[in-house]
Amino acid sequence: MSMVAVTAHGHSLGIVEHPGPASKRIITGYGFWIFLLSDIIMFSCFFAAFAVLMGQTAGGPTGAQLFELRNVAIETIALLLSSFACGMASIAADVRNQFWFQVAMVVTAVLGLAFLTIEFREFASLIARGAGPTRSAFLSAFFTLVGCHGLHVSAGILWLFTMMAQVYAKGFRADIQRRMLCFALFWHALDIIWVAVFSVVYLLGSMA
Amino acid sequence: MSNHELHLHHEVAPGDEEEINVSSRVLGYVIGLGLALLLTATSFFIAGTNLVWEPSIPVAIIVLAIAQMGVHLVFFLHITTGPDNTNNVLALAFGLLIVFLVLGGSLWIMSNLNQNNMVPMDQIMQMQR
Repeated sequence: MSMVAVTAHGHSLGIVEHPGPASKRIITGYGFWIFLLSDIIMFSCFFAAFAVLMGQTAGGPTGAQLFELRNVAIETIALLLSSFACGMASIAADVRNQFWFQVAMVVTAVLGLAFLTIEFREFASLIARGAGPTRSAFLSAFFTLVGCHGLHVSAGILWLFTMMAQVYAKGFRADIQRRMLCFALFWHALDIIWVAVFSVVYLLGSMA
Repeated sequence: MSNHELHLHHEVAPGDEEEINVSSRVLGYVIGLGLALLLTATSFFIAGTNLVWEPSIPVAIIVLAIAQMGVHLVFFLHITTGPDNTNNVLALAFGLLIVFLVLGGSLWIMSNLNQNNMVPMDQIMQMQR
């Protein structure tokens, strides 16, 4: 007993027997976590490009003239609440409650779609005002970075509806639960990237 | 205590929580949401105010953003420093290293190039003569 207690806390003796391969849920989650980190590294390249090109407006409009921070605040709150609703869906999936799972997923989807709608209207109004991605290096970097995040959110919403259908049709099987774990990770990671987007692109960009 | 019991919680998947109680899990998300909203509101407030010393604003916004990402990681993605989370944290640390190399390296090199290519206009005029 005492030997076991020491190995549990000390790690130094190395007597702990090999616990065997990790469960499939841990391996799947870990693999998806590594994918997410590689996705974040890809975004960091877009962020680096944006930071370098932020001042290169080629005589065109600057961020301070273009960005409407009120819309960005609404987008931020929509995505944050959507992330929260996704957390509620994860809990409902863990306790296998079909009704609350579907409710939470619908809320997640509605908030995500609200975010996408505001973003799409912003892009459309920028292009209508002659501030499209071809206007300056600053705007090219802006559309690439924010558009790439928007594409990720769109793909996430397709995945979300797939998860709702799968849980509805197949129930909370172990493989469906693993997919749900990955989806929740993906959705929360998108919110983390959005934190960087609204801080660096919109708040810092509208000051420069 | 048997060995089996000891290894029951050997590792957790990223995103998973040890907590099984529903109400305390919901409370965790609520706390995370509250902190995130607070940090977001502070960011937007600082960006639009003249109450603080202006050169400090970009630094403050970046610090608030990093803090909020930390809140999201802990309360939404459940990445903790516990012994069951070592693999997840190590992967995250490596990812962050690459992110900082890419961001810091790009900004450093490009600002350096900008400075070295910045030849004053009158010198260019003299060279043309």
